[in-house]
Amino acid sequence: MFTTITFASILPEVLILLLAILIFIVEPFWKAEQRRNTGWLTAGGLLAAIVLSLLFGQPGEPQTTFGGMIRFDWLGFFFKLLFMFAGAATALLFMDNEKIGQRGEAYLLLLASLLGMNLMAVSADLVMLYLSIETTSIPLYVLSGFMLKDKKSTEAGFKYLLFGALASAFMLYGFSLVFGFTGTTNLYQLVEMFQVGSLSVAAAFGVLALILVGLGFKVSIVPFHFWAPDVYEGAPTPISGFLSTASKAAGFAVLVRLFFIAFPQFAASWTLTLAILSAITMTVGNLLTLQQTNIKRLLAYSSVAHAGYAMIGVVAFTKLGVTSVIFYLAAYILTNLLAFGVVMAFSRVSGVDEIKDFAGMSRRNPWLALMMLTAFLSLAGMPPFGGFVAKVFVFAAGVEAGYVWLVFVGIINSIIGVYYYLNVMKYVYLYRMPNEDEEKHPIPLTRPYALTLAVLAIGVILIGTVFAPWFGWSDAAALTLF
Amino acid sequence: MNFPVLSVITFTPMVAALIILMMPSHRRNETRAVALASATFALLLSVWVYFSYDQATGGYQFIEKYNWLPMLGISLHFGVDGMSAPLVLLTGVVMFTGVLISWGDEDPHVKAGIQDRPREFFAFLFLLAGGVFGVFVSLDLFMLFFFYEIAVFPMYLLIAIWGWVVTREYAAMKLTLYLFVGSVVSLVGALAMYWVQYQNTGVLSFDMLVMEKAGFSQAFQIAWFLPVFLGFAVLGGIWPFHNWSPDGHVAAPTAVSMFHAGVLMKLGAFAALRVGIMLLPEGAKYWSWLIMTFAGIAVVYGAYIAFVQTDMKYMIGFSSVSHMGLVMLGLSTLNQNGLTGAGVQMFSHGVMTALFFAVTGMIYDRAHTRMIPELGGMMKIMPFAGVGFIIGGLVSMGMPGFSGFVAEFPIFMGVWQTQWLVAVIASISIVITAAYIMINIRKVFFAELPEKLHGHVGDITVLDKIAIVTLCLLMVGLGLFPGLMVPMVQTGVENILRLLGGA
Repeated sequence: MFTTITFASILPEVLILLLAILIFIVEPFWKAEQRRNTGWLTAGGLLAAIVLSLLFGQPGEPQTTFGGMIRFDWLGFFFKLLFMFAGAATALLFMDNEKIGQRGEAYLLLLASLLGMNLMAVSADLVMLYLSIETTSIPLYVLSGFMLKDKKSTEAGFKYLLFGALASAFMLYGFSLVFGFTGTTNLYQLVEMFQVGSLSVAAAFGVLALILVGLGFKVSIVPFHFWAPDVYEGAPTPISGFLSTASKAAGFAVLVRLFFIAFPQFAASWTLTLAILSAITMTVGNLLTLQQTNIKRLLAYSSVAHAGYAMIGVVAFTKLGVTSVIFYLAAYILTNLLAFGVVMAFSRVSGVDEIKDFAGMSRRNPWLALMMLTAFLSLAGMPPFGGFVAKVFVFAAGVEAGYVWLVFVGIINSIIGVYYYLNVMKYVYLYRMPNEDEEKHPIPLTRPYALTLAVLAIGVILIGTVFAPWFGWSDAAALTLF
Repeated sequence: MNFPVLSVITFTPMVAALIILMMPSHRRNETRAVALASATFALLLSVWVYFSYDQATGGYQFIEKYNWLPMLGISLHFGVDGMSAPLVLLTGVVMFTGVLISWGDEDPHVKAGIQDRPREFFAFLFLLAGGVFGVFVSLDLFMLFFFYEIAVFPMYLLIAIWGWVVTREYAAMKLTLYLFVGSVVSLVGALAMYWVQYQNTGVLSFDMLVMEKAGFSQAFQIAWFLPVFLGFAVLGGIWPFHNWSPDGHVAAPTAVSMFHAGVLMKLGAFAALRVGIMLLPEGAKYWSWLIMTFAGIAVVYGAYIAFVQTDMKYMIGFSSVSHMGLVMLGLSTLNQNGLTGAGVQMFSHGVMTALFFAVTGMIYDRAHTRMIPELGGMMKIMPFAGVGFIIGGLVSMGMPGFSGFVAEFPIFMGVWQTQWLVAVIASISIVITAAYIMINIRKVFFAELPEKLHGHVGDITVLDKIAIVTLCLLMVGLGLFPGLMVPMVQTGVENILRLLGGA
């Protein structure tokens, strides 16, 4: 049965695929110096895909298509839009990175991974879920190790591959146990199978733990975060940005759907587990961030901490909780892309990425410094930037569900966060270059950087001030789970 | 009345900050002119609000309400009452005078005011000012927090970048962390109130006028009053959480010290009143003895520490702790006299301390020292600054005829009604204050000009003089005509008493 609904449910993926094919055809005919234009093509194509999906691919009543493989609802749709936006921004940030910007295959790999993420967000079946997770991960392994002559990049790619393979093996084992216990792989049928009461709590807990290893790796919660700093530091910076935003959000999309749809009966056991993991993740992530001297490692550890904050919304197990997670991820994706984008724009000119090298940056390029301020204050949870509202919503959900202790842990952690984020801004605004000759070392921004960073910065401020529309969308997405 | 004056006041500084950021960085005087123009505009509007507030009607006026996120009951709900209208005026005044004295003197021998990157300075300062206006006029708890945080974080940059080289990094970080801890602790309390109200009434709303009627149980109020009140009171400089404040004052550039002591500390006291006392009145009654103890200690202890300082800025910083202690003391009485006094004292102290810091900044910029023993003879060099400082000093001592008397007298009356012993102990501070102010005036302004300062110390600029005159006129005017402010504050107090009595 192939109806318009069936088609609409995978419209964004079809468009991404068409875009990939187009790049595949066009790119070889371009001269080497034109190849970077693939970035414009990718970003433009993705934005067109977003617009077309909004026009023709909006979900109505939640439906399951493709024989129970895909769930067509607002939850998946909103995440898809976020991923494609993040993909477009990443493609633009690729362009002026000498090592990957002129290589068409980098853009193709990005699109392939994006395809996987989109499917992750809508998978309604464990088989589909596993396939889409792998489709997402494998191109990212390659992209992380893309700079073959750079030892750190190679290490990053290999490390990511090893950890990723291990984690997905655990998850696959968990999936197979679920199938063994219930005889079905469809998420929406699992609920009924569990209701029959064929599974003891202990067994269910074991299964959930196995699955959590795989997803915990994707969203990098402690103790499955070990890969993140090394990979973020070694991988090309645009990839680090993509990994820490879209890839993490995709993990959350799966986490939310899986735990709310398939295992609500065991909520009591897994919400407490997740609450403890969330507290540990925030605390460990933040304490480790304190000692970092490299900006990419700092962002890596802080992104671990942010996974912990977002988790508070999952723990709350309410509609507001899910809404706040989605809102948090939307704000976080924009903010962290902006942060990585600024780092990229800076390192491209200066060639360094230690925190102390940022000294005097506000005199070298005041606008870039302002955008960095926007990103870091938003990460620290200050208004009028997205991070503040997002954090308040997550905390509100936590208090509503009675997890006041968890919210207090979150608050102590955001104070630590304020400290280290402001510490970086101290270098940017207060300290000066060794010879105080910043005027001789300007940081020019190329057009893709200027455009992307400006759009992201405005987006971060918009989410933080005019938050009703984003909240409405997040709410519509959350509604499909209840 | 359809002109949305309160939102225009709130967003004027923010829009001005954006415009200033867009200007090229080498057009320094144009940047300052834009800053001054928008500050004047905000001041005029706040004066207009103050004088067209209808005291006979009372209550909240100039109300604006826009649904911002109806799903969670968040709205942009603005309005001023007799308590907040003077504070809006105060913010306008401090903003205006702060820009005036930051203009400074580009002469390389003087280099007074802000000469390093004035564009960024004014942008951050105005962002802060917008946040302050926002807190004073917000009737929505969520937006109150929103503006409160906006008012806090630019302080870090302002102090760290333009502050006193020796302590600025330490002081800026200390201040930010203290204030952030306080505000997030209050935030959790606010969220708890939000949900309990939802359970009680079934209405999802952050609107404080709705929350007043939420009917929080006594146990709930007692449990959450302290976190909420103290969280905000940290910014009000309440003992024992006052430690960040003098350090911050000392490290901050002059205009920021003025903002910090003049307005930001009121922000803390005001939010503690509006969220702590007005929404949790039973909790306030239960804990008022503790707040009174803390405030009483702050009054005497702050004055004593100020007495032993040799650095003028530290002296004024600790005197702010002492005077803000009086505000807290007034709030803790929960009676009409005390609350009225606290309201007037917020305004009076704001103007007075802004003047103190302005004069100290002028002296420091020209003499390059703030150490009282190293200074002298300033009266001959900068008579305007000297006279201004003396008037400020008289206000600080609570002399009749000046605004300080109008404010402190009712506070002491109110405290006497509640607990006469505290009033007696707190009144010691008046003596100590008189001592350190007199000693300071004698040494800095009238003693012999030290050898080291001969020759290179010049007079202040015209703009500085305008700022001093503006501030002095307000203090003397309020002292001679208390009717300009006291009845207005009383209308605000009536509302608070209604909440305290009705609960």
